[in-house]
Amino acid sequence: MENMKIILKDIPDLHKIEVYESNGGYSALEKALKKMTPDEVINEVKTSNLRGRGGACFYTGLKWTFMPKETPKPKYLCCNGDESEPGSFKDREIFEKNPHQFIEGTLLACYAMGIKAAYVYIRGEYYKWINLLQNAIDDAYKKGYIGKNILGSEFSTDIYIHRGAGAYICGEESALMNSVEGKRGYPRVKPPFPAAYGLWGNPTTINNIETLSNIPEIIKNGGQWFSKIGEPKHPGTLLFGVSGHVNKPGVYELETGTPLMTIINDYCGGVTDGKEIKMVIPGGSSMPPLTKEEALTIKMDDASLKAIGSAIGTAGVMVMNEEADIVKVLLRISKFYYHESCGQCTPCREGTGWMMRVLKRIDEGKGRMSDLDLLIEVAQNIEGNTICALGDAAAWPVKWTIKKFRKEFEAKIPEVEEKSVPLNKVHSLRYS
Amino acid sequence: MEFFNEIELKKIDEIKSHYPESKAALLPVLWMVQEKYGWISEDSMKKVGDLLNIPYEHILGVVTFYTMYNKKPVGKIHLQICTNVSCMLRGGYELFKYVSDKLGIKNKEVTADGMFSVEEVECLGSCATAPMLQVNNQNFYENLSQEKVDKLIDSLHSEQKVNNT
Repeated sequence: MENMKIILKDIPDLHKIEVYESNGGYSALEKALKKMTPDEVINEVKTSNLRGRGGACFYTGLKWTFMPKETPKPKYLCCNGDESEPGSFKDREIFEKNPHQFIEGTLLACYAMGIKAAYVYIRGEYYKWINLLQNAIDDAYKKGYIGKNILGSEFSTDIYIHRGAGAYICGEESALMNSVEGKRGYPRVKPPFPAAYGLWGNPTTINNIETLSNIPEIIKNGGQWFSKIGEPKHPGTLLFGVSGHVNKPGVYELETGTPLMTIINDYCGGVTDGKEIKMVIPGGSSMPPLTKEEALTIKMDDASLKAIGSAIGTAGVMVMNEEADIVKVLLRISKFYYHESCGQCTPCREGTGWMMRVLKRIDEGKGRMSDLDLLIEVAQNIEGNTICALGDAAAWPVKWTIKKFRKEFEAKIPEVEEKSVPLNKVHSLRYS
Repeated sequence: MEFFNEIELKKIDEIKSHYPESKAALLPVLWMVQEKYGWISEDSMKKVGDLLNIPYEHILGVVTFYTMYNKKPVGKIHLQICTNVSCMLRGGYELFKYVSDKLGIKNKEVTADGMFSVEEVECLGSCATAPMLQVNNQNFYENLSQEKVDKLIDSLHSEQKVNNT
């Protein structure tokens, strides 16, 4: 079956502006500027039912309507390319293979919402991709697609790249805005929401890179067309980033609702060494994992994954075979969230460290049976009790991996448990 | 040597023009400091503060928040090895151990000659091409094996020697 591709099309050298133009590039921008009002652009995106690709699956068109129309304040767009969730590596493919479609989508978003400046926030580690996108932006400026009076219209906007400096939390939209403002990346309390009080207190919308990259095709072909691709409630394609124990890891653009096993077997060449699957994380390391039984039948879209208590997240699929040490995997995930907690909220700042240290003691064969319920309890005390979703992101994998793979943890707990582990011993396990 | 030369100061003015407030230029300017001097010292922070009219305390807060800003000198060749889940499943920890043993240094240490340093880092978004490492916050080297990393270290080392002569 030939697969529908909206973003990562099989066109050689598509990253070059001339190639992009000769394949219909920037025609959506021209169409919008010459034939459509900003409201018509928003309505087309609403009709498409496009949902955010950053993990929350919020309706993009609806988000855009939250921006005030009549306001004396400047309005801003933040394009979220922080992409720091372990297992996610899709936005870099867009920057490398089709940067102009992302730029065109950003311009359409700016036109639709009356925005004069867009900041593309890219994680600091993506040095190469920052340069690639900057080259593409420079080319688009030269051709008059960005800047003053775009294509001879009244519409003007600028696009700037803002390089991060190594902080997972800056993928959270309000932390991202603080980072653009030159501050520590602390998430803000909401409300007020960004559309009311965003960058420098002005109305701001934050969209994921992949989300924006879909906009040009929606404007070109119509919202109706897009809404019929893949699963009707979560239409379009997703850039599945598959890693771990598969033969051909990589980014695969496939329609929503594609069965997970089709992705693993037909596109990724199956599990390495012909082994069985033990666990699959479906959407980046914060998403509740799937057991083999769940993995065998699941379809990859928002509703299907929610129905079994997980979520699509960033569609970063991490595959683990029968030999994977699930305790070590969870310990590594916990270490990550402990390292990345910004430290504002006590449940997350302290809880992530507790979870990591208890998991470490289990992994070292010094755990107790009661530790498993203790971990779930700590996770539940973090979940929902923090300013931002990092708390949930840290809690979910712990809670659900233990619930679904309890035997793996029990196997590492000694029959004769140490009566008590002195506190100083626990502290000696602290992450260095 | 001047802290920033005329060309760099012009670049900073250009960066400032991207934002309504000059405070927002802080992250990009700190990147310029690190690229020029290799790390960000207390003195550098004070100079950036004078330049952008930001209190030193704010800059210290920012520099210590973001992991990529070096708070102390690193090796000329700073090797950043990912050990997060996707890399771990494909030998990230083995790579980290191999490189640190080969260089005889531990996490965040610098070799005696100041040439190499090694750091265990979180996911770099290179999950399909694991295991991997990044050098000096710039280039990615992916799908590594022991042989490949031996060659890489040798070629980076000779490049550095050429640059120094």
